[in-house]
Amino acid sequence: MISSKTTFWGYRRENGRVGVRNHVIILPLDDLSNAACEAVAHSIKGAMAIPHPYGRLQFGADLDLHFRTLIGAGSNPNVAAVVVIGIEEEWTKRIVEAIAKTGKPVTGFGIELHGDHDTVLRASKVAKEYVQWASELKRVECPISELWVSCKCGESDTTSGCGSNPTVGNAFDKLEPLGVTLCFGETTEITGGEHLVAARCATPEVREKFMFMFNRYQEVIERHKTSDLMDSQPTKGNIAGGLTTIEEKALGNIQKIGKKCKVIGVIDKAEMPTGPGLWFMDSSSAAAEMVTLLAASGYVVHLFPTGQGNVIGNPILPVIKLSANPRTVRTMSEHIDHDCSGLLQRQKNLDETGDELLEIMLRTCNGRLTAAEALGHREFVLTRLYESA
Amino acid sequence: MIHFVLHDPQDSVAVVVVEGVKAGQDLTGWIMDADRTISLKARQDIPIGHKLALQDIKNGDTVIKYGHDIGLATADIKAGSHAHVHNIKTKRW
Repeated sequence: MISSKTTFWGYRRENGRVGVRNHVIILPLDDLSNAACEAVAHSIKGAMAIPHPYGRLQFGADLDLHFRTLIGAGSNPNVAAVVVIGIEEEWTKRIVEAIAKTGKPVTGFGIELHGDHDTVLRASKVAKEYVQWASELKRVECPISELWVSCKCGESDTTSGCGSNPTVGNAFDKLEPLGVTLCFGETTEITGGEHLVAARCATPEVREKFMFMFNRYQEVIERHKTSDLMDSQPTKGNIAGGLTTIEEKALGNIQKIGKKCKVIGVIDKAEMPTGPGLWFMDSSSAAAEMVTLLAASGYVVHLFPTGQGNVIGNPILPVIKLSANPRTVRTMSEHIDHDCSGLLQRQKNLDETGDELLEIMLRTCNGRLTAAEALGHREFVLTRLYESA
Repeated sequence: MIHFVLHDPQDSVAVVVVEGVKAGQDLTGWIMDADRTISLKARQDIPIGHKLALQDIKNGDTVIKYGHDIGLATADIKAGSHAHVHNIKTKRW
């Protein structure tokens, strides 16, 4: 059972935040720089490239989100140091200067006027120094209140709403009073349960902001939909797992915020929360998109309930998977960190599965690799708001 | 053995939580919020994770799960029958 005296072993960064991983990342500004980043990570052991397909000719709010996500990912306390590579120097510098505000080591390289070979050589020399420096950093004991924990579920089925999501909710109800910074989101997947989330908002201002975000996303759906979305929300996997309507999926989804937690604030995509408590982030419900946004917001450990067996991971944010579906636990055991199927056979109660989840979460924070980390799942997916120019 | 679970005593559908439920099988269900069990006979084979109707539901009725509205019945559904996309539809979008 956790209490205010519970601690974990993390890496205290220059800005005071605490991470649970010690990554040196090679971060491309844009699609064109992936090859150089991967070449650096290939030659320097312990450095990790984070390739992605975007960053050219974006503009306005979509470009802001691109920068916010990359800067947030580099600033995440799970990251010890960063090498940024971009096709040109100006935007690269913008990322470097923003990450440098955390105080962590960061250096940028532009490819133009140099080419890949020279860039990879220079970036590799810096990456080697960073990796050796980071390898000597020590974990220190930290109070649980310094932890930032996020949640999002995926490939949900009906067992998610009965078992794995309420298990996360039980854990959140226990973490919130200890001053932990929490987050949930998936704006469209609250459709049918929005009144229940609204009722949990701590103040009328928070409620108003939540309903604004919710209604805005409904308008996006209305504007672009060609059907009742039965082919995508619920997904084919959800339907195969027994979920019938978006309302049913939503009511299961919001079990993740427990029975007591209050929503203390609403943040935009990849925006950083400003204090402890449960935050709602306006986001897509696609797993890799949202987990990437949460990593960019500064969360350091993620709870991911699944029904049919989503296999997602993230390069920066350790993703802990739990399932209450006995068939998924049997057929996809290598992906599951916590089996809570005993709950649906009345062999365990929510308090017990919630405590077990918190125990595996603390072990993960102390350094235990998640199933997704061991299997090499590093899905880093940027959210796009509209077409490039 | 628990064959199906429901959240709220008012729910009109419940979730099968074991593999291989067959038509005619006597099932035990657990009402999670009330922590008591009920019995029901399956009228059809129902896959794990899929829902069965706990009572006769009429075409056009609101279907209740978690004590809340999860959509509309688009056909009559007999108690013990498979309840899914072929006979329930969203009221949204």
